[in-house]
Amino acid sequence: MCLAVPMEVKSIDGLVAEVEIGGVKNQVRLDIIDEQPRPGDYVIVHAGFAIRKLDKDEALETLKLFEKGLGLELT
Amino acid sequence: MNLLNKFSNPELCKKLLTLLKNELIRPFRFMEVCGTHTVAIFRSGLRSLFPENLIHVSGPGCPVCVTHEREVAAFLELAQKDVVLATFGDLMRVPGPNKQTLKDLQAQGANIKIVYSPFDALQLALDTPDRDVIFIGIGFETTAPTVAATLNVARQQNIKNFFVFCLHKLVPPALKALLSGGVKIDGFLLPGHVSAIIGRGPYEFLSKDYNLPATIGGFEPVDILQAIYELVKMFNLNQPAVVNCYSRVVKDEGNQKALLMLKRVFEPCSALWRGLGEIPDSGLQIRSEFEAFDARKSFNLEDLPQVPPLKGCKCGDVLKGLLRPDECPLFNKQCTPESPVGPCMVSTEGSCAAYYKYLV
Ligand code: SF4
Repeated sequence: MCLAVPMEVKSIDGLVAEVEIGGVKNQVRLDIIDEQPRPGDYVIVHAGFAIRKLDKDEALETLKLFEKGLGLELT
Repeated sequence: MNLLNKFSNPELCKKLLTLLKNELIRPFRFMEVCGTHTVAIFRSGLRSLFPENLIHVSGPGCPVCVTHEREVAAFLELAQKDVVLATFGDLMRVPGPNKQTLKDLQAQGANIKIVYSPFDALQLALDTPDRDVIFIGIGFETTAPTVAATLNVARQQNIKNFFVFCLHKLVPPALKALLSGGVKIDGFLLPGHVSAIIGRGPYEFLSKDYNLPATIGGFEPVDILQAIYELVKMFNLNQPAVVNCYSRVVKDEGNQKALLMLKRVFEPCSALWRGLGEIPDSGLQIRSEFEAFDARKSFNLEDLPQVPPLKGCKCGDVLKGLLRPDECPLFNKQCTPESPVGPCMVSTEGSCAAYYKYLV
């Protein structure tokens, strides 16, 4: 029940967003997300609610740190 | 997203695993407190790759597993009233006293509906205005705001036939209770999505008061390895801190909007945990402003039924990290996922179920 997964926002209508994961579309509520997402953003969805926007810059930053520290090409 | 796939990159995992192995100069015992971590560690195969002196313990991180036997008895009682009981599917097979489950009651005609979201339960109430719909609110800080938001809408729309049986629990007070109970742990892998809501601050007592390192980790193999590596590094340097290794989702201050919603609808209360007993301020109750939706008040559940613990089940010790699931005498004998004795074998996120699925 705790599964919370990143899903891509397709469209937004008021407090409801249409999201997609692996070709499957779903509707999620936006009542408690702290940053308004836009289509193309990824949101973490839990129990039918978007709980956080995924920060792409932070993801990139983390991978860059690994690249630097471990000599891998990731980005 | 391509970017996210990188967090399971095998090359990167291998390098991190090597780093971790080199850092492990003595045995290190870490506890995760998140059912999703339990499953991710087994399913990704990481568990079998962990070096021998890295000891993985699952704590009280599965909301189904920590639901107290008295709470289970109470919702089984609720199901037998003239109501529609809406629940997350995970609770359907949790055995109560006399081994009865919601699934059994459903087969006998009780009106029980599985929902994926508390909002679906509210929709159910809207669709059947002549029936009382009760949602069983279980889960930690990730789930509680979704229930709070649902109750907020129910109040705005003045809905009269929707109720929540609130059994929500809070992670930091349980960690504190575990530690003051003397559980031996060298560091904590903290739950990523609970932390997405509460942020880093509420865990700071771990390093300040207990001198323990803790890292907030995501759920991909790279996230988990990185978080454990950081733990071991802090441990070796004897520089414990609470570090956020999941910055693409977790902000240090958490999700303030969700926290506000949580505070508007709920207030802290003492709560019962399976195996851990009563822990002060570790649960949530519905505030008086929302009491019209409180199933405890409307359905006479202020006092939970008194029931004995499940016979032979060691879930309590498993949840405290004192016993490995396979050390329970019933494990893989009387107790299997097909015929579970305790909740830790029922829930897919329970450690007994994970042990059974991946190690038997
Ligand atoms: S193996 Fe079964 S009986 Fe033993 S602790 Fe786990 S759930 Fe309980």
